[in-house]
Amino acid sequence: MFGFVASRVARAALTIGFVVTFAFVVLRLSGDPAMLIMSVDAPPEAIEAFRKAWGLDRPIWEQYVAYAAKALSGDFGNSMRDGRPAIELVLERVPMTLAITIPAFLIKIGLGIPAGIFAALHRNSVLDRLTMTVSVAGFTVPSFVLALLLVLVFSVQLGWLPSSGSESWQHAILPIITLGVAGAAVLARFTRSAMLEVLGQPYIRTASAKGVPWRRVVSGHALPNAAIPTVTIVGFMIGSLIAGAVVVESVFAWPGVGRLLVASVANRDLAVVQAILLAIAISMVAANLAVDIAYGWLDPRPRRGRAHA
Amino acid sequence: MTDLAADLPVTAKPAPKQAAKLRRFFAAWPPAMLLALGWVLLMLVVALGADILAPYSFTAFDLKARLQTPIGMGGPWAHALGTDELGRDVLSRLIMSIRMSLLIAFFGTLIAATMGTTLGILAAHLRGRFEALVLVLIDFQASMPFMIIALAVLAFFGNDITLFVVLMGFHSWERYARIARGLTLSANEQGYAAAVRNLGAGSWRIYGSHVLPNIASTLIVSMTLTFPEIILLESGLSFLGLGVQPPLTSLGNMVGYGREYITRAPWIMLAPSAVIVLTTLSISMLGDWLRDRLDPTLR
Repeated sequence: MFGFVASRVARAALTIGFVVTFAFVVLRLSGDPAMLIMSVDAPPEAIEAFRKAWGLDRPIWEQYVAYAAKALSGDFGNSMRDGRPAIELVLERVPMTLAITIPAFLIKIGLGIPAGIFAALHRNSVLDRLTMTVSVAGFTVPSFVLALLLVLVFSVQLGWLPSSGSESWQHAILPIITLGVAGAAVLARFTRSAMLEVLGQPYIRTASAKGVPWRRVVSGHALPNAAIPTVTIVGFMIGSLIAGAVVVESVFAWPGVGRLLVASVANRDLAVVQAILLAIAISMVAANLAVDIAYGWLDPRPRRGRAHA
Repeated sequence: MTDLAADLPVTAKPAPKQAAKLRRFFAAWPPAMLLALGWVLLMLVVALGADILAPYSFTAFDLKARLQTPIGMGGPWAHALGTDELGRDVLSRLIMSIRMSLLIAFFGTLIAATMGTTLGILAAHLRGRFEALVLVLIDFQASMPFMIIALAVLAFFGNDITLFVVLMGFHSWERYARIARGLTLSANEQGYAAAVRNLGAGSWRIYGSHVLPNIASTLIVSMTLTFPEIILLESGLSFLGLGVQPPLTSLGNMVGYGREYITRAPWIMLAPSAVIVLTTLSISMLGDWLRDRLDPTLR
């Protein structure tokens, strides 16, 4: 078990290293920073001084090491727009994002998983078909369309809920519903197919044949086995608690990380973009790591040997 | 709508064989599938004949007919889907947007499939360090939401339509790389690849005319997944104002623009939204159907 965990941790570290490298390479490819920051007609001596000050005259690998060391300590420099450290700007937005993504996550779990299990147990019933029809919409209706339709109905037509801003808790309702409903639909579909796969296995038939009550077959044999693939998608959802609301935050003018990212991309505020990139990478990788370890705990097979199957 | 859901095979549905047979017997051409096919064909015709079909130039102002309601809501036939704040014909803009979005999705899918398949086959052929590198890249791509990577690249490089299309081509290349590598590895273990090799065929010939045709159906089915995904990604980015830039227009741009007028002129955003949903839905349905026909092993 220790070796298994160690190999997964190493892989997670590798991915983080890769994100930092990606940011560095893209940053260097995108142009000479001296030219980006200083005006075109700046005197050559000033440009030279700038390069020296920022270490741009040193060999590229030295720059890379310096960049990676700074990045991993969270230092991406200051935001171009308001001059504060980029990482500070990002971190202060995180609670706002979590304020809508965590309730949405609970809706996804609380609605999606039971609906999927129910649909699988009552296959081809009216409710199963209804669940699947709704869940198809979860795949094909983009979140901004769903968001605008909700605004059209609940803000414009009925006037029940505010359409944008973050002044009160009512402002959070539409973003949470948008995120939660779409995610629940995806999760329901996924849970249903995982359940159906397990219900078709011979050991389920064996268990019913030897007289185990159906309830116990479901709770003792089907659910734990169907949980294994479901953990992966739930893990991905946990990992995207920070990243997953980019579009929705923008529609509802919700001041979270996603909206900051969109604004920073539009203004090409590179320090902030890099800080967000790393924050998202860390949350995704940490969630993946947790999923891998949960897998090892739920399912003894990958622990022994064939870890990379 | 219920029939439609029943016809949509779910990912990883291990349909009992008899039921599957019955369904195939009864429904070789289910009506929902015909509708989906019809819609996709219509979109293709619109995209190809956009210049002829559009009643007006998509940038033409008609300031006397601003925010005209569509015909269903009492508007005149001159502007079937109404006009926007500048008096531009929504139908004409919609037609041009369909062309733009489909073009981007088409080239994006093509790039992703070509690049991923090539890398996958190369990884399986060369093994060793190259394969390890490809696997790390696949891991990286799969562990980050692609929208975030795309946003970062757009921030670093600025936006331009060529870069944007190429960027869309990086979406889900890893799916093809994974499939192509796995299938090539197993094909290399099967008799036919070894037989051709013993006959003296070079690597190009083995992969190009023997292995590739054998894995093509799986790759084509994957393309029906990538295509709608790229439409959704592109329209999401364009909606945020970070994708296709004006004066060009795409479905996402139109929704983004229409959002400003959601109280006064909801038709501006409703028309492109409906096209996005119907197109992605139709292609996904056709993809599922194709998967059942071509490749029952793929989930």
